[in-house]
Amino acid sequence: MIQENKVLSARFGTPDSCSIETYRRDGGYQTYVETLRSRQPDDIIDEVKRSGLRGRGGAGVSPGMTWSFVPKQTDKPKYLCVNGDESEPGTFKDRQILEFDPHALLEGVGISCFAFGASTCYVYLRCEFAEGIRAVQKAIKEAYEAGFFGKDIAGTGFDLDCYLHIGAGAYICGEETSLLNSIEGVRPYPRNKPPFPAVEGLWGCPTVINNVETITNIPHILKNGAEWHAKLGHADDPGVRLWCVSGHVNKPGVYEFETGFKLQDLIDGPCGGMRDGRKLKAVIPGGSSSKVLLPDEVARVTMDTPGIRALGSSLGSAGIMVFDDRTCMVDAILNLMKFYAHESCGQCTPCREGTPWVVKILQRFVDGRGRPQDMELLLDIAANMEGRTVCALADGACWPLTSIVQKFRHEFEAMIPSAKTSSGRTATAAPTGAA
Amino acid sequence: MFSADVIDELKEIRSHYPVAKAAMVPVLHVVQREKGWCDTESQAWVAEFLDVTAIEVFEVVTFYPMLYDKPVGRHTIHVCRTVACDACGGKELWQHLEHKLGVGRGETTGDGRFTLRSAECLASCGTAPVLLLDGERHENLTLEQTDKLLESAS
Ligand SMILES: Cc1cc2nc3c(=O)[nH]c(=O)nc-3n(C[C@H](O)[C@H](O)[C@H](O)COP(=O)(O)O)c2cc1C
Ligand code: SF4
Repeated sequence: MIQENKVLSARFGTPDSCSIETYRRDGGYQTYVETLRSRQPDDIIDEVKRSGLRGRGGAGVSPGMTWSFVPKQTDKPKYLCVNGDESEPGTFKDRQILEFDPHALLEGVGISCFAFGASTCYVYLRCEFAEGIRAVQKAIKEAYEAGFFGKDIAGTGFDLDCYLHIGAGAYICGEETSLLNSIEGVRPYPRNKPPFPAVEGLWGCPTVINNVETITNIPHILKNGAEWHAKLGHADDPGVRLWCVSGHVNKPGVYEFETGFKLQDLIDGPCGGMRDGRKLKAVIPGGSSSKVLLPDEVARVTMDTPGIRALGSSLGSAGIMVFDDRTCMVDAILNLMKFYAHESCGQCTPCREGTPWVVKILQRFVDGRGRPQDMELLLDIAANMEGRTVCALADGACWPLTSIVQKFRHEFEAMIPSAKTSSGRTATAAPTGAA
Repeated sequence: MFSADVIDELKEIRSHYPVAKAAMVPVLHVVQREKGWCDTESQAWVAEFLDVTAIEVFEVVTFYPMLYDKPVGRHTIHVCRTVACDACGGKELWQHLEHKLGVGRGETTGDGRFTLRSAECLASCGTAPVLLLDGERHENLTLEQTDKLLESAS
């Protein structure tokens, strides 16, 4: 059995959930004010560290840890950037927070900035989020009017400004250092690390970049305590997450569960099973940049970092893409590799040249002109991309690619014209699964 | 080049940053809203407004898919191309629109009414297939609903 635990999504779908009146009626901003009045920054950072919360943007780093790297003794201003670029294929959770509960995010912004001493926050949203942008814009205005942003907040002497910053359709801007360059108004090429943004970020000043969902967790942790959070779900990766399910299930959507449940239970239960009674073929479990799982792996995997790592994949941004037995996996990975080729910023040769090369090879398979040596070639190109670039986009492209080549070898082989396949069958040129 | 109201709006945006150049993308969005696209003349204006060179503006405009360095039709359509949509009717939606409008990727209809573009994942995978019409999201689209939607855009 699997049961939703609605913490972040509790207010989604309630009438007028975006307005400051309903948010305050539901107890909103109380934790913020109490925190400013009664707690020390170091003590907040410690609480967040002890909660066991991992970042929800994909890399899974403890936000308390990131905040503790921000220098305390500095004359420079400090910044928080909220990462609402949400462009990882399969991921659509941050958008729900922006559209249904923007004040919850802003309360998190206030507490987080107070914790590491930021005086300005930029909420970075992708421009395709028209509705989310309107909701956050209005929420920021209301929060200023209510005195939650601006000068001398709640009479504590704490000053904080919060602004919206809008992107322009580039996946790479979700990478934290690309996001910084995007805000600075230069071409958003990712930066080499070190220096890490917590030390040298926006305009050379200490900057923290955190995901929308990460920041929205913060008020709940401060309100209920680190121990409460640490007990939710899996002990080594605790908390609730907004899981995004898409693809061939009857009820796709965003579901909030504590970590540690069985993926199969989510598909069979809340998601209503496979669409049209089809059979499951594969799941990409953590946004497009994670390794594919086969049905027998789906049947046993638990959705927490240790559980999914045991099968060589990752939870990433919690974007669960489900594919049925009609899906041609070669076609699916071709589609994804076109995404990475399009979104590569072009700064590093392995990524700029490798991603379109892979597209060309995969297209050859789909056109029924695959060559026997091409599978090894794909793995070889991936080996020369992974770990050799400025940012992790190239790694993220390699993980679904190599895992699909390895786990669905037979589908590639079936697309090699009249060659003897490893299973001894004679293949036809037609893609097997492409009904 | 712009009305006093728009200039005020742009100055307000510029005031959000310690360095004017950082207002680049937000300012270009306003320019595009006013002009339909980021034409050369506007780019030069933005350069002066943000105290940067014209090439610095050009570098940014030409990087981002959602900043247009060429004119577009009165309405823009962005159809999600990426895997979750593709697996749930996105392909059919794209083919339907190409056929119906008689244009290919990135092209504008002869009457200047629609520009058809594809977009990468629009973060609506659970409600595929999805498109943006003039920036507004439409989800779970059937071909009939899509036709109706286009009729509403004159
Ligand atoms: C290519 C690429 C794209 C990314 N896109 C996003 C994104 O859209 N949203 C996000 O929160 N993190 C994204 N990340 C992760 C960020 O670099 C960073 O780890 C994250 O924003 C940190 O926040 P967190 O610690 O709260 O998760 C991306 C990373 C890479 C390499
Ligand atoms: S890995 Fe790719 S996206 Fe990342 S910096 Fe290099 S070229 Fe750009």
